[in-house]
Amino acid sequence: MKVRLKPQNRELTVADVKRVADLLERLQIVPGTVLVIRGQQLLTDDARLAPDDDIELRSVVSGGSW
Amino acid sequence: MKCTRCREPAEIHLRAHNSAFCRECFVFFFRRRVQKAVERTGMFEGCSRILVAVSGGKDSLALWDVLAEAGHTTVGYHLALGIGSYSDHSLETTRRFASERGFELHVDSLAEEGLAVPDMMRATRRPACAACGTAKRHHFDTAALHLGCDAIATGHNLDDEAARLLGNVLHWQMDHLARQRPIMQPTHEKFVRKVKPLYLTSELETATYAFMRGIDYVVDECPNAVGATQLTYKAMLDRLESASPGTKLSFVRDFLERGVDAFAAREGSSAGTSCQQCGMPSYGLLCSFCSLREAVARKAASAAATSAGTARAHDS
Repeated sequence: MKVRLKPQNRELTVADVKRVADLLERLQIVPGTVLVIRGQQLLTDDARLAPDDDIELRSVVSGGSW
Repeated sequence: MKCTRCREPAEIHLRAHNSAFCRECFVFFFRRRVQKAVERTGMFEGCSRILVAVSGGKDSLALWDVLAEAGHTTVGYHLALGIGSYSDHSLETTRRFASERGFELHVDSLAEEGLAVPDMMRATRRPACAACGTAKRHHFDTAALHLGCDAIATGHNLDDEAARLLGNVLHWQMDHLARQRPIMQPTHEKFVRKVKPLYLTSELETATYAFMRGIDYVVDECPNAVGATQLTYKAMLDRLESASPGTKLSFVRDFLERGVDAFAAREGSSAGTSCQQCGMPSYGLLCSFCSLREAVARKAASAAATSAGTARAHDS
C-alpha cells in the first residue's frame, strides 16, 4: 500500500501489514501521534488495511511558541 | 471498533478516555469537553467579546470554530510572522477559514513593521521562538485593547501545557510554575485576561476535530520549530502516554488542582510603568517588544554604516 507522511511529504510503499496498529509499529510511530486517514475517513488502530490502500499519516504534533 | 456512545463504527480511539467515537459523537464529545472546561474555570465570565489568536494551525482554528458554535462573540486576530512561504500559507489559510464562515478577522504583519521573525533572530541572536513569542504577546495585548475585547483566547492544548509543565519542573522555574494556569488575570488596566480553553484537550483531539469539521488547516510545521526543546518534551510525554494512557491529562489536571497554588507566592508583580514608545505596560523605559524593535533598528543601522564604508573604500 501507499503511505504518505505529513508534514514531511514523504511517500512510502509498505507491504504485508493487515491492520493500522501493524502499520504504525512497522514505521515505529507512537499511536496517538498521527491521524490515520483513508479517503475522507479516520481509521482506528484495529481497522483492516488492504494492499491497494492509499493511507495518509498526518502528524498531530505542533511546536513553537503559539 | 464501535463508538462508545452510539455503537456505530468508530473513527477515533481515545485511550486516555477509554473511549472510541464515530464522527458525530466525537464532535459532540469535544465541544462538551471544551464547554465544561470553560464553565468550570469561569473563563469567560463577564466577557462580551473574545479575541481569538489564530495562526492557521489546527488548534487555533478548532478553537475559533468551537467558540463561535457555542455562541460566543469572537474576533479573529492573525499576526503574519514573515517566515517566508510558511507565513504566506498560514495567512492565506486563516483568511479563507474566516471568509468562508463570515467571521471577523484582523491581520497585522511583522514584515510590514520591518520586524519579520528572521530579522529579529539575526538582530538579537536569540532563538526564533523567543523573539516570536515576545512579538505575539505584544500584538495580542495591543489588538485586544484596540478592538475592544475583554479576553484573549489562544489554542494551547493539553500537550502544550504538559510539555511546558515538564520543562518548568525539570528546571524548577518557580515563577513560571506559578503562572501556568488556564486563566491569566490582567495585571494592568491595559491588559485583558488570557485564557486557554483547550488546556485539557489533546493534540490528537484537536486534530481529529479539525479533520472531522472539514477545517483546512496548516499541517506544515514552522521551520523554526525544528529541534525546539518543546518537541523533545512532547516526544517523551508521548512515550509515557503510550505506556500509560491518561498520563498527560492527570499530569496537567492534578498540577492545577493540587500543585499550582503552592507556587502562588511567586507570581510576578504587575508592570509598574508605561513603555515610552508604545504606551503599553512595561517594567522599564521600553517594553520587551519595543526593546526588540530597537535592537533590530540598531542592527540595520550598523549594517548600513558598514556597507557605506565598504562602498567608500571601493571608490577610493
